[in-house]
Amino acid sequence: MARITAGIGCSHVPAIGAALDNARAGEPYWVPLFAGFDRTKAWIAREKPDVVILVYNDHATSFSLEMIPTFALGTAEEFEPADEGWGPRRVPVVQGAPDLAWHIAQSVILDEFDITICNKLDVDHGLTVPMSLMFGQPEAWPVRVIPLAVNVVQYPPPTGNRCLNFGRAIRRAVESFPEDLNVQIWGTGGMSHQLQGPRAGLINREFDTAFLDRLTSDPIGLSRMPHIDYIRQAGSEGIELVMWLIMRGALGEDARELFRFYHVPASNTAVGHIVLRPADFVEA
Amino acid sequence: MPAEKDYDDVPGTTVFDAERSRAGYHLNQFCMSLMKAENRARFKADEEAYLDGWKLTPAQRAAVLARDYNAMIANGGNIYFLSKIGATDGKSFQYLAALMTGTTQEEYAAMMLAGGRPAAGNTSKKAPPAGAGEP
Repeated sequence: MARITAGIGCSHVPAIGAALDNARAGEPYWVPLFAGFDRTKAWIAREKPDVVILVYNDHATSFSLEMIPTFALGTAEEFEPADEGWGPRRVPVVQGAPDLAWHIAQSVILDEFDITICNKLDVDHGLTVPMSLMFGQPEAWPVRVIPLAVNVVQYPPPTGNRCLNFGRAIRRAVESFPEDLNVQIWGTGGMSHQLQGPRAGLINREFDTAFLDRLTSDPIGLSRMPHIDYIRQAGSEGIELVMWLIMRGALGEDARELFRFYHVPASNTAVGHIVLRPADFVEA
Repeated sequence: MPAEKDYDDVPGTTVFDAERSRAGYHLNQFCMSLMKAENRARFKADEEAYLDGWKLTPAQRAAVLARDYNAMIANGGNIYFLSKIGATDGKSFQYLAALMTGTTQEEYAAMMLAGGRPAAGNTSKKAPPAGAGEP
């Protein structure tokens, strides 16, 4: 059967993609940021996941205000990097995993998570920047991807509790898929940042550190944090962090931390990264 | 609809809720149109004429023409949509952020390099609650 073997939390700042695409990753500003992912790159090359369920949000790219799905799952064969207004990122086309994606879609809907199914979905920096951070700049991505887009632009996004429970439903779905697949789930976005208004530039290291800690020590308590606390403490765009709780829910009741990285700033944002194992993980 | 919005207590912050989304629908959809190169070219060639094609309020229209991002937000704009105007103008996101915070881009970048705007003292229009910073 398919198994979820690891969860990754990771920011998806667009400037990180721009730095890579424009060959500026070697500049002093960016060196410490990219160095923080070296360990994960080496680790994931050994892990060789078959499929990544990649939880991210679209930033007024494929979803305008015409349609605003709270949860949208990509079931296509492939997903094109989106043109976000200055041409698409020069990264490989993202290969989908439609068999597993459709299985998850059917399973979670019958499990009472009424998602939107997307057979065409151009993916923006929210999805492609984490891919670049984990895999660098290959000719083709070494993994198939199931995009899971979450609305965090139109208030209110789903609650942390809903996200945690949705993650649990995804775990049940994956474990009922007959094919032997090594599946990872990534929660992306955050950490603290605010991009709008006179309070833009807000960073809260204390909040971010506690959030990373509680992913393993107190995920249920963390999932009950109300939206106002994210907005107040982590910035209006810091509320993206609810997406990490989908990842966390998919790891089961207990998980252990393998390693983490934290860096300020990437443009306007605190970059956080964590790698987690489900407690029931058994080495192959 | 809740009568009171708890998030309106957060200083310097406008949460893009239902009311603001409804007020800003045409403004944000105008911004969305700038995703296409031909629309960017038409807008740059004649901003007034391009805006005539969108049902903006006079305040929204004036804010766009003045590139007053805080005024656009006050009139229903969402930053992810508004940033497409910035991209059309060839401006970086940090330029927009500096503009909205009333500082120079150099000052803003220096603040970020020094660890960003601290949460302490910036979480409530009232006195900061005890234990602020703990999620």
